[in-house]
Amino acid sequence: MDETKLAVQVADLTVAYQEKPVLWDVDLDVPQGVLMAIVGPNGAGKTTMLKAILGLLTPAAGHVSIFGKPYQQQRSLVGYVPQRGSVDWDFPTSVLDVVMMGNYGKLGWVRRPGAADRRAAQSALEKVGMADYADRQISQLSGGQQQRTFLARALMQDAQVYFMDEPFQGVDATTERAIVDLLKELRAQGKTVLAVHHDLQTVPEYFDWVMLLNVRRIASGPVKEVFTDENLRAAYGGRVGFLNKRQDP
Amino acid sequence: MSSAQIEIQLIGIVVAAACALPGVFLVLRGMAMMSDAISHTVLLGIVLGFLITGDLESPWLLFGAAAMGLLTVSLTELLNRTRLVKQDAAIGLVFPALFSIAVILISRFARGVHLDTDAVLLGELAFAPFDRLMLFGALLPRSLVVMSIILVINLLFILALYKELKLATFDAGLAAALGFSPALIHYGLMGMVSITAVGAFDAVGSILVVAFMVAPAAAAYLLTDKLERMLLYSVGLGALGAVGGYWMAHLMDANIAGSMATVIGLLFLLCLLFAPERGLLATAARRQRQRWEFAQTMLTIHLLHHEGTPEAEIENRLDHLHDHLRWEPAFAQGVVQRADERGLVRLENGSLHLTEAGRGLATTMLTEKR
Amino acid sequence: MSLLDLLTSLLFDHTIRTVALGTATLGIVSGVLGSFAVLRKQSLLGDALSHAALPGVAIAYMLTGSKSPAVLMLGAGAAGVLAILLLINITRQTRLKEDSVLGIVLSVFFGFGLLLLTFLQRNPDARQAGLNTFLFGQAATLLTRDVITMAIFGGLALLFVVVFWKEFKLLSFDREFGASLGLPMPRIDMLLTTLLVVAVVIGLQAVGVVLMSAMLVAPGAAARQWTNHLGRMTLLSALFGALAGVAGALLSSLGTGLSTGPVIVLCISVIVLFSLVMAPNRGLLWNYLRQWRNRRRLRTEAVLENIYLMSSQHDDPSHPHAITALEAVSGAGNVRRSLEELQRRGLAVPYDGNKWALTAEGVRAAQTRLQPAQKDEK
Repeated sequence: MDETKLAVQVADLTVAYQEKPVLWDVDLDVPQGVLMAIVGPNGAGKTTMLKAILGLLTPAAGHVSIFGKPYQQQRSLVGYVPQRGSVDWDFPTSVLDVVMMGNYGKLGWVRRPGAADRRAAQSALEKVGMADYADRQISQLSGGQQQRTFLARALMQDAQVYFMDEPFQGVDATTERAIVDLLKELRAQGKTVLAVHHDLQTVPEYFDWVMLLNVRRIASGPVKEVFTDENLRAAYGGRVGFLNKRQDP
Repeated sequence: MSSAQIEIQLIGIVVAAACALPGVFLVLRGMAMMSDAISHTVLLGIVLGFLITGDLESPWLLFGAAAMGLLTVSLTELLNRTRLVKQDAAIGLVFPALFSIAVILISRFARGVHLDTDAVLLGELAFAPFDRLMLFGALLPRSLVVMSIILVINLLFILALYKELKLATFDAGLAAALGFSPALIHYGLMGMVSITAVGAFDAVGSILVVAFMVAPAAAAYLLTDKLERMLLYSVGLGALGAVGGYWMAHLMDANIAGSMATVIGLLFLLCLLFAPERGLLATAARRQRQRWEFAQTMLTIHLLHHEGTPEAEIENRLDHLHDHLRWEPAFAQGVVQRADERGLVRLENGSLHLTEAGRGLATTMLTEKR
Repeated sequence: MSLLDLLTSLLFDHTIRTVALGTATLGIVSGVLGSFAVLRKQSLLGDALSHAALPGVAIAYMLTGSKSPAVLMLGAGAAGVLAILLLINITRQTRLKEDSVLGIVLSVFFGFGLLLLTFLQRNPDARQAGLNTFLFGQAATLLTRDVITMAIFGGLALLFVVVFWKEFKLLSFDREFGASLGLPMPRIDMLLTTLLVVAVVIGLQAVGVVLMSAMLVAPGAAARQWTNHLGRMTLLSALFGALAGVAGALLSSLGTGLSTGPVIVLCISVIVLFSLVMAPNRGLLWNYLRQWRNRRRLRTEAVLENIYLMSSQHDDPSHPHAITALEAVSGAGNVRRSLEELQRRGLAVPYDGNKWALTAEGVRAAQTRLQPAQKDEK
């Protein structure tokens, strides 16, 4: 595959916590402009993989490149949506303020966000249907609104590749639709999205590429080719029977 | 050794033992800082008790102080439950306020009485042998008698509720499901901490109570996984710290309580560094060994992954390990050499191949995980 | 001494002015940095840090023989930084929980400091340094040069907070996101924690080792109740800190012979209590009122529905009913007050004293309220 067309390229990524492997030698090529879900059972290392790609934890081996260059040089092309539960939502700040944090990396030291950043944040909020909530204190948000705030913050990063950790976790129907629309819009703009996802049922509907992960990579590629019973069984082991039952009631 | 010296050391040992017992549960339950809070606020209980009874010797003071310890715990929980402040802030708000009230009350109304704030914080172990009371026809140091009683109470409490305490500490959910009230155990424990803090701070001061409760228990936790042994070790370490501290203070002609805390700290440091399995040195050595083993496994998995694929020629070259696995050349060399010695890989013309054993290792590692 | 006298002396009495300036400085600095500590759930860190400063003071004096505030503060600061490094590393490298390590660092450092200070006190010159000053604080001992030193250290710390404001905010709210932006979060963390040490060191002489932690927790915890905005919270926290500092220093300077530490802590505790109860939106009283109003609204609506349901058994939907009957149906609560509330809204009218009926508007209101519920039943 032509390397310049690859938005994300992960090679031989191995991560260990206290010398116990969490990810074993994972390779992954993600072409530009796809929506890719990372799925796998609990403890499969999905979040770990995302964090290792983003340099939030140090891998034991392997390397990551974004558009053919090492991740460290391409940071400005990357946006990140962490798990909603990873922060304290009682923090004294407003929605707009959180969204503007997306720009802190580009602002550089000492400089404060200005009117232009404010406008950009406002328009990011509009894209996720949260325009009216800009001045709302974040503790007053519902789970879905929190998630959309985080998405708006990632949009503020104006990235080429977005990494999202469980964006659909525990959100309401409105938010779910808003996220799906947003993903499609991002794809239309040629952006790439990698999202950790937990609901197998919605994978074919929301995503066009998928990676099955269980400590090592089981398979990755277009949903139609990869999302097969055989691969799912390989990823989920004995539990896949239960999953099938749950899938078609 | 004079009899006063022996008595001081005896008091130290008894205090250490009495503190170490509840300390173990505080450390295991993640509530060590409650000992800091309680050891400060019991002062308010004593002061109030004194102002009411007018008698510093009254046993009611002990109860007042223990009640104040429990009040500290419930005030903290109450504040936490309003969800206006977080748990840690709740502790940090309650005990300084109560302690301040106590200090102010002492300097306003109890001046000149033997209840000065320095003694409360720092302890006056050196004078303990002079304060004696008659018991069984013998004139014994008061602190020794009081602390021995408290030690016995603590022992009885732990013996009586041993299995409940153990279960509630390691599996609170199961304990609740089996019908042991977690609140009862919690408050029982906190009551034990309160009584111990009251008795101990008279002898060694409130800050050293924290040292005696937390440090030996934490050190013991680095030495063993078994609750029985942890209790035993922490009593032993505390006693050792008490005796060692006494002699260091004797040599330096300095505060005994401070010296005991220092020695206990040193004992903790020794355990931290040299504990057989969990000490820093043992951990570092184990990590180093595991790092090599892990790297060899990783190498076999890497080779297995690319075996028979078109890019195998590139991926499996020794000089490409640096690029692909981000290993330093010297490290890669070391890993390959060790793997070769173990018969996991073969090196042919700068290209690496798995042996049967290597392939076996990689496959088991990959399948064993799930 | 009247309040007016107190204020005059604050302005014109040199000693009292110096003391008040000193305690105000410490209140401002610890208020600002304490806000971050509270938000980062590090409230007990200040406790460990202030106790840990004691051996630093002793060693600084032993090494230099100087009692100048700058030297002692540097010693205290160095000990504080050492304590933090130990804390972080022991927590990370072993299975001990953070609270255990906090407890050990706090008590062992303090014990060691005590050992050194009592050791030093055998030397009569050192005795004047006064252990008591460092235990409970003695603001009256503050001299102009002390206050200047405090102001310089504190000013520098505040300058750092201004310069790194957005980084500190990001660190406190979402550290991992900051790291994903490529910001050096561990270094920013170390900087903020070092500034916390500075705040502790500044407060030692006035508030003392034992109670300094309260100055870091309380102003921030109080300020948090009044605002949902980090900047405003920090400013308010500084204000509360300064207020408690000055009030405490003045009260203890009234010749009561009280140590300043406990008085200042009591002042700030009163501010906390007031804030927890009275603050709009978050405060307990506010919450209680909101609940009470909600309950009353629900009760009033229940009464409205009940009259309607009772009269629907008659042909006339505005058939009057006795209060006693309504009370029987509506259960607990003051039915008369609910009826009066309905009357104010023009939904119900009284008939000869003890009977009430719905107005036409009341009937409509009851119908719209009950409609969806009746649909659900089908």
